[in-house]
Amino acid sequence: MNGEPLIRWDWIGSHLGAIGDRVGQHLQLAAIAIVVGFVISFALATISIRERRLYPVVAVSATVAYTIPSFAMFAALVAITGLTTVTAEVPLVLYTFVLLVPNIVAGFDSVSPDVLDAADGMGFSRAQRWRRVELPLAVPLIVAGLRLATVSTIGLVTVSAVIGNSFGGLGYYILDGYNRQFSTEILVGGLLSIALAVAADLGFVLIQRFLTPWARARAAVR
Amino acid sequence: MDIVTATIQWLADPANWQGANGIPARLEEHVALSGASLLVSALFALPLGLYIGHTGRFSWLVVSSANAWRALPSFAVIGLLVPFTTVIDPNLGFTLYPTLIAMIILAGPPLLVNSYQGVASVDRDLVEAARGMGMRERQILTGVEIPIALPVIGTGIRLAAVQVVATATLGSIFGFGGLGRYIILGNDNHNNGEQFGGVVLVAVLALATFGLFALIERRLVSPGLSARTGG
Repeated sequence: MNGEPLIRWDWIGSHLGAIGDRVGQHLQLAAIAIVVGFVISFALATISIRERRLYPVVAVSATVAYTIPSFAMFAALVAITGLTTVTAEVPLVLYTFVLLVPNIVAGFDSVSPDVLDAADGMGFSRAQRWRRVELPLAVPLIVAGLRLATVSTIGLVTVSAVIGNSFGGLGYYILDGYNRQFSTEILVGGLLSIALAVAADLGFVLIQRFLTPWARARAAVR
Repeated sequence: MDIVTATIQWLADPANWQGANGIPARLEEHVALSGASLLVSALFALPLGLYIGHTGRFSWLVVSSANAWRALPSFAVIGLLVPFTTVIDPNLGFTLYPTLIAMIILAGPPLLVNSYQGVASVDRDLVEAARGMGMRERQILTGVEIPIALPVIGTGIRLAAVQVVATATLGSIFGFGGLGRYIILGNDNHNNGEQFGGVVLVAVLALATFGLFALIERRLVSPGLSARTGG
């Protein structure tokens, strides 16, 4: 663009601090959304498991929310909540539900009734059974959902750049680079945001291994 | 309440329903781009998915493309394409191609994964029975596997269509027209009615796409199959 080289390394060299700040902002925006989204999703899933009739309502609402384009949701919220972090976080949190709730529900559903009977037979109270049997056995599917939600959220954070210069994490560079027709910025923002998503995905593989040591033991026996 | 009134007024204004920046023209741009990218993507992804599902060969390709898809943020993909497409064509490469190519990429994995999974999950005994009856491989695919796999393939097409229609909105940030353009213009002109009108139109289009494809899916699936899955 503009006869400039594709990448100007000197620009990257002189902006390392700012790029680092944007990476930090990107991770912070994503982390808040995932933590808040997970807490709400866990509550929604727990209610859905207790009251099965509510589950379709929850699932359909989450799907409808997910269908609304992120750009439209960010733009709409600016007029309501202004240029605040809330504007950036609300859509990000809403989009996690469609990935997290079904996985949490499926996680608890995957616990076999025989295992629950065995736990009851061993004299576990309901709370003990939940904490020591059901929750650990649900972990693989819950983590699978978290992994999807994390990767998707890291991608969506880039769109929050449309709210304004002080948002978007690495998405800021993509937007600014496009508007200024400066390819170095686009490449820095685009490639780093993809790298963050890939790194988070790999991180979750490790977390899952750590949280479910029995899965590896079982695989080894086979 | 002010925003609601402004939005309704903007949507009801006949001036916004004509001309090159009118709602029908922008809707057409949006739908044409989405349809074209979906079609191109399906041309590659569906035959490939059916082939992999039928033969079981190259199934790693499906897994890796599904993983790559999740890690590719569309906003970044559209942006990243710009420096390269502008080399090909300074004008269209700055306005149309990045969004078009990104949408083709975006639609691929759900089409590929679902056509693969649909065919691969067909009961192998059925396939053996078809072979025993003297059906050729092609006949097995078109007469047995595809009809049984249709609900799963249909879900893939619906996912791809909804994703593309919703995400094509981002194209307006990168020079493409479409309904997202109103969100940009409304923001630039401090026109709440236009901005929220755009938000409403984009959301309605995405939900309508979802509903339309769900209906088509229901029509296409063999009654015998839907009766069984319906319990």
